[in-house]
Amino acid sequence: MDAIIIQILNGLDKGAAYALIALGLTLVFGTLGVVNFAHGALFMLGAFCAVTFNKIITWPIQPPKAEGQLFAPPAKPWFEYAFGDLGASIINWSVPISILLAIPVMLLIGLAMERGLIRHFYKRAHADQILVTFGLAIVLQEIVKKFFGANPLPQNAPAMFNGTADIASWFGLTDMFIVYPWWRLIYFLFSLLVIGAVFAFLQFTTYGMVVRAGMRDRETVGLLGINIERRFTVVFGIASVVAGLAGVMYTPILPPDYHLGMDFLVLSFVVVVVGGMGSLPGAVLAGFLLGILQSFASMNEVKGILPGIDQIIIYLVAVTILLTMPRGLMGRKGVMED
Amino acid sequence: MFGNLSRNDWLLVLGFAIVVLVSPWTLTPFGAGYPALLQKFCIFGIFAMGFNILFGLTGYLSFGHAAFLGVGSYAAVWSFKLFTMNVIPAVIFGVLFAGIFAVVIGFVSLRRSGIYFSILTLAFAQMSYNLAYSVLTPITNGETGLQLTLQDPRIIDNAFITPGEGLPQTDLFGIPMNGYPGFYFCAVALIICFFLTLRIFRSPFGMMLRAIKSNQNRMRYTGFNTRPYLLTAFIISGMYAGLAGSLMAVTDPLAGAERMQWTASGEVVLMTILGGVGTLIGPILGAGVIKYFENIFSSFNDRILEQLFSFLPDAAREVAVWFTGLFVGEGWHLTLGVVFMLIVIFLPGGIMEGLQRIYNRLGGGSGPGAGAPDTAAAQPAE
Repeated sequence: MDAIIIQILNGLDKGAAYALIALGLTLVFGTLGVVNFAHGALFMLGAFCAVTFNKIITWPIQPPKAEGQLFAPPAKPWFEYAFGDLGASIINWSVPISILLAIPVMLLIGLAMERGLIRHFYKRAHADQILVTFGLAIVLQEIVKKFFGANPLPQNAPAMFNGTADIASWFGLTDMFIVYPWWRLIYFLFSLLVIGAVFAFLQFTTYGMVVRAGMRDRETVGLLGINIERRFTVVFGIASVVAGLAGVMYTPILPPDYHLGMDFLVLSFVVVVVGGMGSLPGAVLAGFLLGILQSFASMNEVKGILPGIDQIIIYLVAVTILLTMPRGLMGRKGVMED
Repeated sequence: MFGNLSRNDWLLVLGFAIVVLVSPWTLTPFGAGYPALLQKFCIFGIFAMGFNILFGLTGYLSFGHAAFLGVGSYAAVWSFKLFTMNVIPAVIFGVLFAGIFAVVIGFVSLRRSGIYFSILTLAFAQMSYNLAYSVLTPITNGETGLQLTLQDPRIIDNAFITPGEGLPQTDLFGIPMNGYPGFYFCAVALIICFFLTLRIFRSPFGMMLRAIKSNQNRMRYTGFNTRPYLLTAFIISGMYAGLAGSLMAVTDPLAGAERMQWTASGEVVLMTILGGVGTLIGPILGAGVIKYFENIFSSFNDRILEQLFSFLPDAAREVAVWFTGLFVGEGWHLTLGVVFMLIVIFLPGGIMEGLQRIYNRLGGGSGPGAGAPDTAAAQPAE
């Protein structure tokens, strides 16, 4: 029993990342009809927002030698030097705080990408869209590689989340029966928050209502005198921010390197397809489902029966779903059925 | 049997053969006249040409073609290990196994089209890659890659000759396959493949594939079952990739899982697009251009750049070196990405369309697009 709960929990954080990326992919596909192979790169850029922020605030500075000291004191991050304890705690919390940097940066990148490149590809074939965004993804990751190097850059979660959460004791069960790293729990809750925010935005605001109407029938919405293109551009920006936030918060779990995006992109596409092209709830559901499945497949008991299953389970599920349920789990009728 | 090839086609094949065979001399002034690079041109030319039979003719964009390349390589190396160092059986095994693999993957993947097809092929290739790295280690030797060892049985070879010292070399009935003989072996394979591709392009079968690309539904309405044609194209295309993979093993007898990674599949897509989708020569040209510039650009480093810009004043030189440094050496992939994006945006027909436009501009053609019916941009399969 506890093994099962542990595996479900283990799947949640990876599933949360899949769900967030797939959500953005689906938003872009549902509104603009564009298959964006550069979406993984946005996830990666988000992660590097956290790295950049951390680099900026921990820039080492040499404090001046005090009177009577034999050696100069060791270099300190300048934030700590300038702001004392406050600075130190900001450095400690650098990953969550860098969200403040990531939101405007990712929004700008998203808007620039849509206005500058993607809009010229609305009318072109899906194959062309795949190809040009694939090229863009290569360009983005090579630029990041140039500035940050090829090695993974580990980031630390705030110190208070370093340990593990004793989940079982919350429910009155035996202490230390089920333990789980704090940060992963936080990541899962954070992803629920972001997903909830996106859905609330689409469901409960007038702006979101128009966007949903545009997803259904773009032409009619246009005929009603609404500038639907502009709203879709904003949606692309939102998708980019969602991917970026997913990346920022994922850095303590997996040290980011330049090809992080590509690794996640392939899986996220599979997630989107399994969930059903153009279905937002489907993307979220499939994300968590595949994350959990993957963690079950990596149990030693399962691997004992089917060696290597943990490596291929996601693809296997995708192939099965694609062949038996052409629309995916929750795909709408008539959207990219062929 | 060769009825549907016109005299011009024969001349084309002849001209192509001559160009390929004399390339060691003609490419020397460009710094490409050595066998290791020329072999790469041929191998990736075959790979891209095969990919083009699928993508260029039918419009089905496969993102997992590197899997066949990998299978071809593994099969060829196993042939070297188990049977003989002769390259002929290795090539046959490579093509055969890639073909069988293509039957399986194609049969499943071709049930869907458009982006779903791309994702299915991608999923299969990633599965093969992950398995090659993990569970299939007894067959693939995992991360290290499959290599020749002194303990290999090599049944056929050892039955006739006593093994010499050290690792044996690949050979063609006694001719060692390194240096120029290796290149000529690849070159002959390339020419044969080119001839076959031309035959496919001119055949009713090729016409059928083009019809699938332009409107598959209409094909179905007229009573054609398109699936067998698509599957045949997929298998042929996979066999080309298998041949390319086995030739890689012929020139350098080792095989690694990274040949199956999806970035490798992406590379062949780049080559085909860069050269010109659906054209006969384009993919080979694209493969050559990419491999050539990869070779040139990767060898640049800051010192060479310093010399190159030595005529500039100091400050300007630093900026110039820094900026070009982004694009050469380690940054070669950046150049590739940028060029690729520019091509897709501005010149969907690739180099071939560019050449055609220049030709028309010079007054050689009669109006835009004349004489290049195949250079249309990639259409998705409906």
